[in-house]
Amino acid sequence: MITIPYLTALTTYFSYGLLFAFGQFREFFRKIFDWWRGSNLQGYAPICLGLEDFYIRRLYLRIQDCFGRPICSPPDAWFDVVERVSNDNNKTLKRTTQVSRCLNLGSYNYLGFAASDEYCTPRVIESLKKYSASTCSARVDGGTTSIHMELEECVANFVGKPAAIVTGMGYVTNSAILPVLIGKGGLIISDSLNHNSIVNGARGSGATIRVFQHNTPSHLEKVLRELIAEGQPRTHRPWKKIIVIVEGIYSMEGELCQLPEIVAICKKYKVYVYLDEAHSIGAVGKTGRGVCELLGVDTADVDIMMGTFTKSFGSCGGYIAGSKELIEYLKYSCPAHLYATSISPPAAQQIISAIKVILGEDGTSRGAQKLARIRENSNFFRSELQKMGFEVLGDNDSPVMPIMIYNPAKIPAFSRECLKHNVAVVIVGFPATPLLLARARICISAAHSREDLNKALEVFSEVGDLTGIKYFPAEPQKQQVEENRVKLE
Amino acid sequence: MDSTVSILANVVGATSNWVRSVFEFQFARAVIFEVNIGGHLFVEGLLLIVILFLLSQKSYKPPKRPLTKKIYFICIKMRVSKIMLRPLPQPLVCNESKENKCKEKFPSDFNRADECVQDFQEIDELCEEWAPEPLIPSITDDMKREPPVLESAAGPHTIVKGKDVVNFTSANYLGLLGSQELLNGTFTSNVEWQETCTTALEKYGVGSCGPRGFYGTIDVHLDCEARIAKFLGTPDSILYSYGLSTMFSAIPAFCKKGDVVSNLYIENENLPSTERTKKFTNALGHSSIFCVCTRFDNSLGFLLLQRLLCLEKANVSWDEILYTAKCERQLAYVNLGTSELDRLGHGIWDGRLIAASPNAPPPKTFMVATPNDEPQYIGVPFANVGTDVKINNPEIATCHQISLLLTLFCNLPFSCRDEGVHWGIQNGLQLSRSTIIYFKHNNMESLRNTLEKVTQENKQARKLRRYIVVEAVYQNSGKIAPLDEIIKLKEKYRFRVLLDESNSIGVLGSSGRGLTEHCKVPSDKIDIITAAMGHALATEGGFCTGNARVIEHQRLSSSGYVFSASLPPYLASATIKAIDIVEEKPELLVKLRQNIALLTKGLSDIKSLEIVNDPLSPIIFLALKQSTGSSKGDLQVLEDIADHVLKEDGVFIVTSKRSTLDKCKLPIGIRLFVSAAHSEADLVKASESLKRATASLLPAYD
Ligand SMILES: Cc1ncc(COP(=O)(O)O)c(C=O)c1O
Ligand SMILES: Cc1ncc(COP(=O)(O)O)c(C=O)c1O
Repeated sequence: MITIPYLTALTTYFSYGLLFAFGQFREFFRKIFDWWRGSNLQGYAPICLGLEDFYIRRLYLRIQDCFGRPICSPPDAWFDVVERVSNDNNKTLKRTTQVSRCLNLGSYNYLGFAASDEYCTPRVIESLKKYSASTCSARVDGGTTSIHMELEECVANFVGKPAAIVTGMGYVTNSAILPVLIGKGGLIISDSLNHNSIVNGARGSGATIRVFQHNTPSHLEKVLRELIAEGQPRTHRPWKKIIVIVEGIYSMEGELCQLPEIVAICKKYKVYVYLDEAHSIGAVGKTGRGVCELLGVDTADVDIMMGTFTKSFGSCGGYIAGSKELIEYLKYSCPAHLYATSISPPAAQQIISAIKVILGEDGTSRGAQKLARIRENSNFFRSELQKMGFEVLGDNDSPVMPIMIYNPAKIPAFSRECLKHNVAVVIVGFPATPLLLARARICISAAHSREDLNKALEVFSEVGDLTGIKYFPAEPQKQQVEENRVKLE
Repeated sequence: MDSTVSILANVVGATSNWVRSVFEFQFARAVIFEVNIGGHLFVEGLLLIVILFLLSQKSYKPPKRPLTKKIYFICIKMRVSKIMLRPLPQPLVCNESKENKCKEKFPSDFNRADECVQDFQEIDELCEEWAPEPLIPSITDDMKREPPVLESAAGPHTIVKGKDVVNFTSANYLGLLGSQELLNGTFTSNVEWQETCTTALEKYGVGSCGPRGFYGTIDVHLDCEARIAKFLGTPDSILYSYGLSTMFSAIPAFCKKGDVVSNLYIENENLPSTERTKKFTNALGHSSIFCVCTRFDNSLGFLLLQRLLCLEKANVSWDEILYTAKCERQLAYVNLGTSELDRLGHGIWDGRLIAASPNAPPPKTFMVATPNDEPQYIGVPFANVGTDVKINNPEIATCHQISLLLTLFCNLPFSCRDEGVHWGIQNGLQLSRSTIIYFKHNNMESLRNTLEKVTQENKQARKLRRYIVVEAVYQNSGKIAPLDEIIKLKEKYRFRVLLDESNSIGVLGSSGRGLTEHCKVPSDKIDIITAAMGHALATEGGFCTGNARVIEHQRLSSSGYVFSASLPPYLASATIKAIDIVEEKPELLVKLRQNIALLTKGLSDIKSLEIVNDPLSPIIFLALKQSTGSSKGDLQVLEDIADHVLKEDGVFIVTSKRSTLDKCKLPIGIRLFVSAAHSEADLVKASESLKRATASLLPAYD
């Protein structure tokens, strides 16, 4: 639940109104020019729709430089950001040869495996020599090498499930596996803020989709009761099966899933739980085994556990872990297993090595140190930000922390000012978030040292004052401020 | 004339000067998005009026057409009101007793509270009663097929179970994969190529740890995009992190609900059955209802066909029906003898509906239709297609039953035999929710008819975005799309073309630039080209290329690009190098073509299997000459051949397997991926071995 001051809400609306009106003005003239020049479509319908185009031309292009900044080094704690220039009011950006070394608070490099690692990198290169960079074949054909078998075993072991299946991309894992599990006559109940890959997978499945209020078990129960009682639309037959889909850590909110409550409800109503641990696997929990470990949920109670390797493990790909039968069935029918090129062997080796480091199987305690570090770093950074008066979302222990910005003009201002001080942050606005709730997102890594974090805090404090996003200026008044707010979900 | 222009220019100049001076007067320091805006107060005042005016137009109803600019405004307006007016969510406490909840809900009304408690109990009971299906169907033995595990790189030779085998499963067309020992140093390009990978791995690490928008853009990604565009001669290109996601993200970015994609006939479930029947019969033109029958007047098959073809007049003969079916509706039919019929029996067989009467005297008639095999509730007694559809008494096979059968067919979305596109494309089309019409696999006549029909029937069609979706070399058959004819049709009917070049980049064309080069079609005629890089380029991921507008649009609208971590940088480097190799070493292409020709020649006289693919395709696709009757049976036979060949002769080949989600109904077969790195001996070995295996495992049909 986010609360927002009336004044901020008003100014934010006003700013968007302004942007919109300006946009319409310019669009009006553009249309006149277009008409003047005549249509060059020759009977084809325009390839991009007006609405999408308007958003890109009139809102996104203005702040384009804050997104997609190229880097030319691994996304470690510090990285080299390539500077870009624009000669046409931000319409196009050109890369220059200049780079600036910036503190990286944007990459999902939670455990610091993105850069070369003394244990992982030599093994990865060895696997490249032995297995080449790709297999050019699907897993069921000739795309299964011994590394793939080892990886699946290793992942199943790490996650705490009997078996696992690995695909080459996290997004595809969600969007290609949901349709296999459920189809017409089934019901998917999804958290309102679930990732786009889940949404697409659910749509592709043909099942009925309902959402429950973000991370609210009581609402989930209410929705479940109503829907089970109602049955399928039109026919009112009972549902074939119901799957509840939640994420471990919500990447835009930094919140931990209320898993114990949700799992309890799902057990009570005999529905299946699908847990997407993209951001939590490896990043939280005493031995890095994700939210189940952190919140004390038995993995046997979660039917389908999904996660990705692009975050904590610094590789690519995704997995599904579950019962032996589930995995066998998926291997028989999942398109990502049957048609897609199998995960690149060096990337697979990276994951195996990273898991070994995390579990201490490399013979050092580096994994445990990394886990302790990320936890300390996150909690330290979060509490310091709060002390400074920023509005920080999310729970303790979560390495993702969004800082609320609200006003559209402050979005690029915050990002640009931080970059000037050599701190790279991610900003997110409409349409990825609701219109009002634009934010900056900080991802803490175990690779950050205390000095790095202190520097970041210093810069944030300064830029925060400059842009006026310290919405809770002084600690003691917080309560009072809270009363004066509109409540938003 | 000149003077008027100069006067005008003067006036405009003067006005703008005046405006500027007014604006710069006091309040000239507003900065919006770092752009200095002079005179902002004036402008803001103006805009406030505009906004107020627009906000006052509450009664505007969004039209049902595709979204236009106006609707954007409504979107914002709706959001505004929704957010402002949304009631505060009621905190629900989970473990509170229902009596308390109900009392709270209706504090003063005891009757209502009582009712509410009863409701609660009822729902409790319903929830108690409800029993879900198991998450997955029970596992049968044929699902447990484990693929062989490779113990070395998937090169032209690889190691399976400690044995050196010749590998035909890897789409490693140019031979970039593979370790040197096995190649005996005859191949040098892959040494350089691996070095590039190693250097990139050392420099950038493995993963990119972020989506492209959020510091996941690494300079090699941009270089790689530029390299691909340069290679293919297109203005720009965009990298995806996985081959499968390329098409299914790119298509929904350009097709939205309502757009016509020429390739399924979407049935509206709510239509009354007469309407459906009509639609069904209309759709027959490009579907493939197979009627397998014998000539027997007034049989069920006869009646059903008569009904389907709208030939409900008296004295229709079989000949007339079959003529209409064949020529007008392109309905295929086969005559079968008694033995086949006995073998098949009746009921549901391989997803096809067969009605046959075992009691009827020979010659027997039965219907085989190929609707989609998904069971679906349609509100008639034999509702589920999964269960047997029986018409027990031949005498009372009335029109009623026939119409029930019809509803059964019609309610199922058509999935036609003729669509051979890859699952990634199918999924993309489904996600885009556009209207999809399939045409016969690689059949230009059918495409022309479809296009003609769409443009004529649908007056709106001119205003909709329309696409033809084809694959350059079909993964499911090895056929090559006749691009030049498609271009002619496209230009005639003003459709855009989406072409998937996964299996043709680095293979077709005199310099490996794909189907466009092969057919001598300029690449700007194709609106959107996509390709997976896990084939000739021997890396992973995919790309889409086209004009700048198309690419820029995807950078914000394509979900697999925006919401997923970017391609590992070492693979981007490897792709650049692979393209360099394609350009520098045309001899690889020559060798590949020789190899394809060699293998095709070697396999040309194979018994019981036929070569389906086009001669230039790097995928040799062998289908059974005589199907066993079910795709499961076919698969088993083919698998046996593949196993045999691997075990006996060390030739690693695979069958084309189908996911349960795949709607493609092309026959399955054995797929061999030819590589430039295969030696002559390898190819001879493969064809000899296959011949031996088929001879011993398959009866010859001659
Ligand atoms: C919850 C969730 N699921 C899936 C994904 C997709 O993972 P990948 O980047 O590996 O495609 C993400 C990535 O951001 C995610 O946040
Ligand atoms: C179950 C069944 N199968 C098939 C048929 C059609 O058989 P025939 O074509 O020999 O009339 C019928 C006849 O109505 C039937 O009832």
